Amino acid sequence: MLDIQIRKTLLGSAGSMELDVALSIKEHAFVALAGKSGSGKTTLLRILAGLESAEGSVKVDDVVWQEGKKVLPSQKRGIGFVFQDYALFTNMSVEKNLLYVCKDETLAEELLHMTELTALKDRLPSSLSGGQQQRVSLCRAMMKRPKLLLMDEPLSALDPEMRSKLQHDILNLHKTFGTTTVMVSHDPSEIYRLADYMVVLDAGKIVKKGTPKEVMLKTQGSQKFSLRGELLDIIKADVIYIAVVSIGQQIVEVVMDSEEARAFSVGESVLISTKAFSPTISKLVV
Amino acid sequence: MEFMSLDFAPFLLSFKLAGITTFILFIIAIPISWWLSQTKCRCKPFVEAVSSLPIVLPPSVLGFYILFALSQNSPVGAFFEETFGIKLVFNFTGLVIASVFYSFPFMVQPLQGGFESLNKNMLEASYMAGKSRFETMYRVALPNIKPAVLTALIVTFAHTVGEFGVVLMVGGSIPGETKVASVAIYEFVESMDYAQAHLYSAIMLVMSFSVLLAVYLFNARHTRRIGVR
Repeated sequence: MLDIQIRKTLLGSAGSMELDVALSIKEHAFVALAGKSGSGKTTLLRILAGLESAEGSVKVDDVVWQEGKKVLPSQKRGIGFVFQDYALFTNMSVEKNLLYVCKDETLAEELLHMTELTALKDRLPSSLSGGQQQRVSLCRAMMKRPKLLLMDEPLSALDPEMRSKLQHDILNLHKTFGTTTVMVSHDPSEIYRLADYMVVLDAGKIVKKGTPKEVMLKTQGSQKFSLRGELLDIIKADVIYIAVVSIGQQIVEVVMDSEEARAFSVGESVLISTKAFSPTISKLVV
Repeated sequence: MEFMSLDFAPFLLSFKLAGITTFILFIIAIPISWWLSQTKCRCKPFVEAVSSLPIVLPPSVLGFYILFALSQNSPVGAFFEETFGIKLVFNFTGLVIASVFYSFPFMVQPLQGGFESLNKNMLEASYMAGKSRFETMYRVALPNIKPAVLTALIVTFAHTVGEFGVVLMVGGSIPGETKVASVAIYEFVESMDYAQAHLYSAIMLVMSFSVLLAVYLFNARHTRRIGVR
């Protein structure tokens, strides 16, 4: 059980902002932290890691990490932390990166095997791809068998294929080691696949929380499904208009009448929904 | 060809002085530059300004203060003379002390720059692995700034070899004790022995150039090898 009650004044691009978060996280939970950039997600994560100071308290089970003037240093929290930019020790080989944290060769071997890195164990980080480096970083974070694993947008610098592979690795490690995991993420599909609870921050406050299904799958009225997208273009075709919308990694076209075409402008966030038809689902033949 | 006979003692003395000074400064400068690179203390600009003073001060000014501070008439000089029987000026010990002050910024600044260029997340990853600041500095930070370390060592060494004003103020020109190459050249010119002055100067020029070239060649190769972007 992780109990967080913290406050901190942040200086953002839009003036000062009060980060004020009260949250308790169950043991073994996988929590996704979402919200616009500058909403305080990373700061919250860094406060949990002991890398930044804040007022309030952080408790893990019966251990006080922070309360009043007492602050347990990062070194003694025994957490795993995965950075967006990997932050590997560039002077050490893959295996040495793991052993630096803890001289447990059996565990290092097991982790490298789980993430298919065994063949690369003597390579220097600079000779690896982004996806490989992030897998090393994940393994390194697990070397302390952490109770709490913190990840700051771990996959946002990777391509979609590599993301889905790493999502699998993350979930696998989370389950095998029984960690409580908090991950900052922007990607709805990633959150849906990995997290069992999500918290949305806006300007330093929690604005929504619940399961990813409750928070993200919101359809109104009789609508069967709705998808968020960005309006890329409006093309005139004879008497009608065609809206080109990007949804996730896909581009779709939707018919509009002239009145709708005038009401929308390119670049806007839009919601595509339907109610009359029942969508079909079929397997992709690759 | 009697006038071309070469006395190597001033060169050896210059290199001995530079070697000892570089070694002492390396040990002193690592913790200071690490602290400067990591601290958010408000006193940082003050410490930086003091440590950079030898770059802008005329060597004679620095030499004068050191001479004043270490002479037998000062408390420090008197203490060393009475307690250990050591004189701190007009001998080799005095030269080492003066050179440590004089070359201090040339060791600290490259190291500080190197430490500041490191990825902060990498250092934080080390802290979260349970490692102390010292262990992080020693096992993660230092090995990742090898070009900066080499630059600091060589520039400090070369700068100490090239010092003149401070040496003359604090050490004078005692053959085999304080008469380093730069002072020897000055004396040749003063006595109008231009042939010897030319020879000594050319040797200094070639050596300085070779050392700097070696540093830049190493740094170019190292940068390519570790793939710094």
